[in-house]
Amino acid sequence: MTSKSPLSFQLNTDDFLPATDEEKQNLVKMRPSVSFWKDAMSRLRRNKVAMISLAVILVVMIFSFIVPAFYPYRYEQQIKGSEYLHPMAYSEQEQARMDAGEKVFPHILGTDNLGRDYAVRVMMGSRISLLVGLVASAIVLIIGSIYGAVSGFFGGWVDTIMMRIVDIIYTIPDILLIVLLSFALKAPIAKLAARKGFGWIQVMGPNLISIFIVFALLYWVGMARIVRGQILTLKQNEYVTAAKALGASNARIIRRHLLTNCIGTLIVTTTLQIPSSIFTESFLSFLGMGVAVPLPSLGSLASDSLNGLTSYPYLLMAPALLISLIILSFNLFGDGLRDAFDPKMKS
Amino acid sequence: MLRYVVKRVLLAAITIFLVATITFFLMRMVPGGPFIAEKSISEQAQAALNAKFGLDKPVWVQYKNYMTGALHGDFSLSLKQRGRTVSEIIASKFPISAKLGGLSVLIALAIGIPFGSIAALNRGKWLDQLIMVIATCGIAFPSFVICTVGMYLFGVRLKWLPTFGLTSPLHYILPIFSLAFYPMAYITRLMRSSMLDVLDQDYMRTARSKGLSRSRSLFKHALRNAVLPVVTYVGPMLAYTLTGSFVVEKIFVIPGLGGQFVSSIMTRDYTVIMGTTIFLATLLILMNVVVDIIYKMIDPRIQLK
Amino acid sequence: MSEKLVDIQNEKLSFFTPAGEVKALNDVSLYIRPGEVLGIVGESGSGKSVTAYSLMGLTAHPGRLTGGDIYFNGHHINKMTEKEMRRIRGNEVSIIFQDPMTSLNPVYTIGNQIREGILLHTKRSEKQANERACELLRLVGINEPEKRMKQYPHELSGGMRQRVMIAIALACEPKLLIADEPTTALDVTIQAQILELMMSLKEKLDMSIIIITHDLGVVAGMCDRIAVMYAGKVVECGTTDEIFYQPSHEYTKGLLRSIPNLYEKDHKKLVPIQGLPVDLLDLPEGCPFATRCPNCMKVCMKHMPEYTDLSDNHYSACWLLDKEKFMKKQRGALT
Repeated sequence: MTSKSPLSFQLNTDDFLPATDEEKQNLVKMRPSVSFWKDAMSRLRRNKVAMISLAVILVVMIFSFIVPAFYPYRYEQQIKGSEYLHPMAYSEQEQARMDAGEKVFPHILGTDNLGRDYAVRVMMGSRISLLVGLVASAIVLIIGSIYGAVSGFFGGWVDTIMMRIVDIIYTIPDILLIVLLSFALKAPIAKLAARKGFGWIQVMGPNLISIFIVFALLYWVGMARIVRGQILTLKQNEYVTAAKALGASNARIIRRHLLTNCIGTLIVTTTLQIPSSIFTESFLSFLGMGVAVPLPSLGSLASDSLNGLTSYPYLLMAPALLISLIILSFNLFGDGLRDAFDPKMKS
Repeated sequence: MLRYVVKRVLLAAITIFLVATITFFLMRMVPGGPFIAEKSISEQAQAALNAKFGLDKPVWVQYKNYMTGALHGDFSLSLKQRGRTVSEIIASKFPISAKLGGLSVLIALAIGIPFGSIAALNRGKWLDQLIMVIATCGIAFPSFVICTVGMYLFGVRLKWLPTFGLTSPLHYILPIFSLAFYPMAYITRLMRSSMLDVLDQDYMRTARSKGLSRSRSLFKHALRNAVLPVVTYVGPMLAYTLTGSFVVEKIFVIPGLGGQFVSSIMTRDYTVIMGTTIFLATLLILMNVVVDIIYKMIDPRIQLK
Repeated sequence: MSEKLVDIQNEKLSFFTPAGEVKALNDVSLYIRPGEVLGIVGESGSGKSVTAYSLMGLTAHPGRLTGGDIYFNGHHINKMTEKEMRRIRGNEVSIIFQDPMTSLNPVYTIGNQIREGILLHTKRSEKQANERACELLRLVGINEPEKRMKQYPHELSGGMRQRVMIAIALACEPKLLIADEPTTALDVTIQAQILELMMSLKEKLDMSIIIITHDLGVVAGMCDRIAVMYAGKVVECGTTDEIFYQPSHEYTKGLLRSIPNLYEKDHKKLVPIQGLPVDLLDLPEGCPFATRCPNCMKVCMKHMPEYTDLSDNHYSACWLLDKEKFMKKQRGALT
């Protein structure tokens, strides 16, 4: 806005007439007002890293949940004579069949020591990882947000006792307990699965269920603390007092006013819980305490590959890189969500 | 101060008691016992062994006996390593894990704090982005990936480093690096965000307005405030790394406490599991107290209560 | 006219944010004479603090000077290196900030923080610096200075902390003290004490003061001159009396109408200024106050007004002043 010399333009009497309100209004530039959601979503969409991560997650999901159903090999199928094939290699039998004009689907990642197609095993492994991540986070979300909301909302001695419990669970060395629990829970759950009416456990596998229970028992405390903190600040708001004055029930206030207002935090925390659940599951499986054979998990695949590491490094690389990619993508996407929903909230 | 001590001790007692109880009953839920797997032992001998260690008594009695013993500092004998007490086993394994863990935490701090600060000071520039990419990968890659890939690259492929055991200084490089990787990345991220926070504080402006140079105001005024979240994180983390990483010790065949714990679970060595769990819980609580004290030393606003 | 201690000429400063260039200062010119108290008044975002910080070379990232010159005490500020600036900061020019609660580093003692500047700018020993710090604390009216020196900021009250901030600022007897809303965060009773303290120190130490505030009432009693800022521009500047009794810019008038007056007999209603501040990302072509101005004219929306000198000290940028001149000229042309 450099100062213009008064001589640079001609003034006439008209210029000194009062401006109408309409003219003034035209000059007022309003930034278009955007709703919280739209604003957050558009910020998220502009975040390239987050969008690429989301795309990676979706692709991995397609490959782990859909593709195995159409895949010519099954994860537990042992092909005789095809042990330890290199990627894209064929066994003698398969070569013979191909010579006979048959079409044989290639072993893209080779086969393992029992002649199982490695590509489909890796896909199944990432299915387990994703399943654990998603379900465990959902459990954590439900338990943690309800516990935290109740504690924060009621306050007083209820809050004190509930938070003291959280404090104690926090100080319990979780890695030890996870290892112990996942080991100890297997037998009782397997027993339970054998009973009538609990057949569904068998479908999912007792080990997976026990991992879910472990996470549910230990990991909700972080979520509960965050939600409680949010509720405590939101509780001060006038609209909560207003709702109370209007006679709204406690459950309604928690549901309609408090939880809806910390939904951003909930989404972000849950998303960031997914990679950490996947992380822990892969760690357990690597130690041989995760899912049971023949079901593969990325952790157990990596662990199994150690024996033949010198000759078959790709057996390690495929699951190791995939699990890293999955966790990285979820982390980056979660970071993106956090930046989008609350630019001020930092880790 | 007295209130703090009383509260801490009480909370510690409750936690350790809970951990011990939970562990005790969890172990008994696992099918099988310490002597079943050994086929060489006859059933009579098994019964005799069970009787010797009191495993034939009802679980409640066993629990009572164990807890009374533990209260008096007697963590009893290992069930599998004949003639050795649990205390002896922990005393022999812990130093190995502690040496590895301590060194890796030092490395994590020595790298994480400066790199996090550098990233914060260069917010948005390429250096910040580079550091953050590495740090983000660091927290995303599970330790077994770091270990195995590192072992394959440097041990098997390039043959620069030995892949197992701890017989020479060279042997320490891979395990320490693998152990340090995650905390290093985590501290970098933590340090960056807390440094960004501190740089925005009014007292940093005051420092500059006095005429302090950028580096002086950073080292004197920013670092001390920014390092607080790192202190909180390092305490518990140190407890975990000191007692050994299950994965790292398994992969690099290191005779530490972490590996001992996993193999004890596999062989149902009840007393060793109990001893290790109680040891770690105690160490963890101790570390939390140490964190509280260090925190108080750095930040005078904190009241121990 | 006596010599100028500070002379800011056509200063332009922008913050280069991802959303675009935020023009925080648009052609700001100001001067301060030695021993003078200048008040800078304006609403948030009008550029008052930015002007003061740039004078100390403390412009926050991503802000950058895009034009103009700043002179202070014989230094050409915008041509100086950071190292040269450091020698001036806290030495020849000092600043106290709005919030004493957050302006002191919580992890160091009061003594440590006062000593810092003294050790940096003078050749005093640690012990002498300590003595000087005690002397300063006594000067700003803190009793038991030896005891306070060993205390941490959180152990002092807000008013006490602001006194400590003043002690830090005065450590090297600066020529100019900038007070950035020094009383906004304090209780009303403490506010008066702090302002009084600043005025008495000004007499003792013979320095100039810039007081930045959004509250005309605060500056009325203590300033020699007042500059009113709006949208990164000084819209009117004059002696305190001129601003209060002969305000000529519509924004100044609006500000005065929104101060409560105890002595007013007919209990006039307070009149708030309508509308919202302008968007600094997208400044209008004409007068930035046009859309909120009750006497807005067509020309106001098209062209920026020039300064009109009303007296030796008093000038203002408003088309209404030009209107009178223009009308006179038109009439003269007709006859």
